[in-house]
Amino acid sequence: MTFTIQIENGTEVRNAEADSQRTLYPYVTGTSVVAIKYKDGILMASDMGGSYGSTLRYKNVERMKAIGKHSLLGASGEISDFQEILRYLDELTLNDNMWDDGNSLGPKEVHNYLTRVMYNRRNKFNPLWNTLVLGGVKNGEKYLGMVSMIGVSFEDNHVATGFGNHLARPILRDEWREDLSFEEGVKLLEKCMRVLLYRDRSAINKLQIAKMTEEGVTVSEPYSLKTFWEFKAFTNPTVGAEGSWLYDN
Amino acid sequence: MFRNQYDTDVTTWSPTGRLFQVEYAMEAVKQGSAAIGLRSRSHVVLACVNKAQSELSSHQRKIFKVDDHIGVAIAGLTADGRVLSRYMRSESINHSFTYESPLPVGRLVVHLADKAQVCTQRSWKRPYGVGLLVGGLDESGAHLYYNCPSGNYFEYQAFAIGSRSQAAKTYLERRFESFGDSSREDLIKDAILAVRETLQGETLKSSLCTVAILGVDEPFHFLDQEAIQKVIDTFEKVPEEEEGEDEAGEGEAEAAAAAPAEQGGAGAGDQDVAPMEM
Repeated sequence: MTFTIQIENGTEVRNAEADSQRTLYPYVTGTSVVAIKYKDGILMASDMGGSYGSTLRYKNVERMKAIGKHSLLGASGEISDFQEILRYLDELTLNDNMWDDGNSLGPKEVHNYLTRVMYNRRNKFNPLWNTLVLGGVKNGEKYLGMVSMIGVSFEDNHVATGFGNHLARPILRDEWREDLSFEEGVKLLEKCMRVLLYRDRSAINKLQIAKMTEEGVTVSEPYSLKTFWEFKAFTNPTVGAEGSWLYDN
Repeated sequence: MFRNQYDTDVTTWSPTGRLFQVEYAMEAVKQGSAAIGLRSRSHVVLACVNKAQSELSSHQRKIFKVDDHIGVAIAGLTADGRVLSRYMRSESINHSFTYESPLPVGRLVVHLADKAQVCTQRSWKRPYGVGLLVGGLDESGAHLYYNCPSGNYFEYQAFAIGSRSQAAKTYLERRFESFGDSSREDLIKDAILAVRETLQGETLKSSLCTVAILGVDEPFHFLDQEAIQKVIDTFEKVPEEEEGEDEAGEGEAEAAAAAPAEQGGAGAGDQDVAPMEM
């Protein structure tokens, strides 16, 4: 896959063709995913936007998908790499189902498999440009974990990707509890998503929330959050600004 | 079994539809010293007879730990058995590394069986001459499998392979219905009693057998000699007596039938093997 040219002193130089074989930058990207454990399982939220640089180009991208019976994968970053990961997982779950022996892949197994894949790609300098959130419930045990594009992997009671780490997790650190009910969990997630919507320029106001419990995995229909823009400062943004003639009365 | 013109090659069928080389490989299993396995819903016990070449040498290892949740007992060509154990350990650890989760034993035995089958269909290979009793756990509990040189595998509640295993099987057949709900201690006791059956009259001592156990909350490990001797002491009345010492608490009449075989004298008779029976 990689082509090298030998120069006199023996150092090798990769040519342009080799570079086209590996991921250098992402093109169509998804923004934050936020997920929490709650009383009955896991809740995960993400918006449906696919940005092409600074353009909010695609507005119907499902960034959360069910894996097998027990797990849900949410992704931020390059959408095409996410689709590639879904293909890998499809093959994995297919083979697992074909065994038909009462054993099935749970969220822990899927998370670890993904960690191996992401880390190995990183080692080849050809990463899958995603940060993945993997959650699920199996045999009553709740599992929530994250893998980044460089293979950093961990589990926690609440995780977020991208901007979510900076805007959502502080809220969750203060307000998350072990015994959140479904309604409380949704409200907490919506609070996080609302902040992201106000402050993250790649967020759009069309989101989905997914629920994972022992019974199974469901992804909600897309909906939007109520927002408020009638702040006084917005109606007259230049009031009191340096060099303006307008003053607050 | 007699020699015939269709038995030179593993890839030659006989006119009656048999692969003689594969069947001869299964004979090798029958010649090895006995290995026994039994399971309850939550535990699997593997036991085997320790046969040393001579008084000077130590006995061969026939039970191997594959993982915390899988163990294997072998009978037949122990060299082949070691190679397959290494393969099983490799598969198990690779799965653990990728999925952070134990490999279900049912899937391991299928890999093992597929590996054995390859050797029955290549002219430049020979079948593995070893039978494996694989005990392990998966999501549905404890399982015991027997892997054959032919590439077949079967699941069992209890099984015995190797020489004089029929005696152990007879014992197990009488008792297997109760194994499912057996306690851990009863399962161990039954395993040692089954080993005793294969000794056919020879004094049962803890040095003669190796026992290993694994369970839902118990990683695979060997029982030490003391623990085994303690179990033996519960049913062996007086170990030094010259005859009729095979009186088990359950009062098995069949054991008395085997007692007439020579006892060889207490203590000195370690290596005196009961006469070969066919």
